[in-house]
Amino acid sequence: MKKIKISRRASLERRELRDRLAGLCFLLPEFLGVMIFFIIPFGIVVYYSLIDGVASREFVFLDNFKAVLQNSAFRTAAKNTAVFSAAAVPLAVILALVLALLLECRIPAKSALRTFFLSPMMVPVASVVLIWQVIFHNNGVLNEFLGVFGAAGADWLHSDYCQIVVVTLFLWKNLGYNMVLFMAALSNIPTELLEVADVEGASPLYRFFGIKLRYLSPTVLFVTILSLINSFKVFREVYLLTGKYPYDGLYTLQHFMNNTFASLDYQKLSAAAVILAIAMVIIIALLFIVEDRFGRDVEG
Amino acid sequence: MKKKRCFSRGALFILALLFAAGFVLPTLLTVTNSFMTESELNANYGQVFSSTASSGSTTYLSESVTLKFIPDKVSFSQYITVLFRSPEYLLKFWNSVILTLPIVLVQLGFAAVSAYGFTRWRGKVRSVIFFSYVILMLMPYQVTLVPNYLVSEKLGLLGTRWAIIFPGIFAPFSVFLLTKFMRRIPVSLIEAARLEGAGEWKVFTRVCLPQCRSALYSVAILTFIDNWNMVEQPLILLSDASKQPLSVYLSEINTGEVGVAFAVATIYMIPSLLLFLHGESYLAEGIAYSGSVKG
Repeated sequence: MKKIKISRRASLERRELRDRLAGLCFLLPEFLGVMIFFIIPFGIVVYYSLIDGVASREFVFLDNFKAVLQNSAFRTAAKNTAVFSAAAVPLAVILALVLALLLECRIPAKSALRTFFLSPMMVPVASVVLIWQVIFHNNGVLNEFLGVFGAAGADWLHSDYCQIVVVTLFLWKNLGYNMVLFMAALSNIPTELLEVADVEGASPLYRFFGIKLRYLSPTVLFVTILSLINSFKVFREVYLLTGKYPYDGLYTLQHFMNNTFASLDYQKLSAAAVILAIAMVIIIALLFIVEDRFGRDVEG
Repeated sequence: MKKKRCFSRGALFILALLFAAGFVLPTLLTVTNSFMTESELNANYGQVFSSTASSGSTTYLSESVTLKFIPDKVSFSQYITVLFRSPEYLLKFWNSVILTLPIVLVQLGFAAVSAYGFTRWRGKVRSVIFFSYVILMLMPYQVTLVPNYLVSEKLGLLGTRWAIIFPGIFAPFSVFLLTKFMRRIPVSLIEAARLEGAGEWKVFTRVCLPQCRSALYSVAILTFIDNWNMVEQPLILLSDASKQPLSVYLSEINTGEVGVAFAVATIYMIPSLLLFLHGESYLAEGIAYSGSVKG
């Protein structure tokens, strides 16, 4: 009797062990790759950011960070990127939500409209750059168009208006994706709740801010994070439009990294990467905290 | 049915249409303009592209810039130039293909296996790994390219395509997305297959993969477009100009041969647009799933 029990337990344990091993086998290939190509080298990056040179390998702790933070090119790049993200990310969230609400209304040709809004994400940046040049060039269509109304144009890509252009291109590319995220979230809001609100005579404003937005808050968080990540990719547009040496206002962090790669200053590169990584983690953690406060009472 | 309180439907529809027009026009213009003759393009946009060229050109340039939708005369000569006369464009296109396809296909395979691992077994170690993938997923290229560069240098891959392909394969976004999908597969389905004596690998290939076919498709589309569009990685990891993908090279042919540039631009977007038109519903579904953060 006892013997059977023991052997059953043993077989259970063996099965569990086998399960764990199998799980490990499934996780291993990807994990090894991530370790080799991302995590271990990132450890080296952190190490490089703390030493004064690959040759002498002397610890200097924060000196590299100070140097990068005081570097005027880095400051310009960080400022430009921050200004751009601060303008582009909220717009990308709000306008996408507006579009999603628009498509939620009963209007015809909904799926065709969704296709139209989503299509820019599938167009390679390099392909549409030509048209952007035609539109935003100093002698371009936009200035021509403004001229018809007697408004003075601007050299859009080579003046302080350049950020407007880049924000527009960013929105053009990313709104569709964000909109689909919001559409999915809107369709998940329990309809009974909105019906009760209707019966109780809630105002449309309350329906939106009091009910819908609270249910949407995890999605707002996700869309914000996603747009933030994508806002760092806007270098593609800038580079393909204006090349390696853009107008000062378009000098992004990626330009800074490219130039630093060109001179192969490992310490500067590493310190900049570490600073950026820390900044990203802090920003995202803050976003999570804000969302947690705001959406607390609707999560079950 | 629920009554929706929407304002005048007509006005909203027109508003939406206007928005939509703005979204589609740049793409459409690129395509239609690719069928214009070089002289027509010069007449339309001469001002724009001549001033970027260094030398004063003697060809006739019109005073004003006009956007034109329909070509006066449909011309295929620039396509013929691209496809038959100047092999460098096709070569760059091929560069894009051999960078993108291996990344998409192999990444999909690794990610599916890994996602199955994450769905089947939970525990502290696994959640730590998953969390580190999420953090990694959030990092911009400006952060990840430095470690990528160091590894490529140590392994002697720098300047070869592998320097881009390897890190591309292990980008964790698809693991994240596929894990979300696979968690929706009922556990009972997997348990039933296990009870019938199927091994884990069999459960994975016969039960799990068929269940998330649409997810695999949408992940493939998303990784394809991201890599088809790559600019940052080749600029840093591939110094050899002859290996650069078309996404980087296209910006260098803007000056001078506008007609050819439009033709190449159009050819370049064909694969991704076809993929989009074919799999749009899967794509939308995939995007929607990615949004449920707490899934």
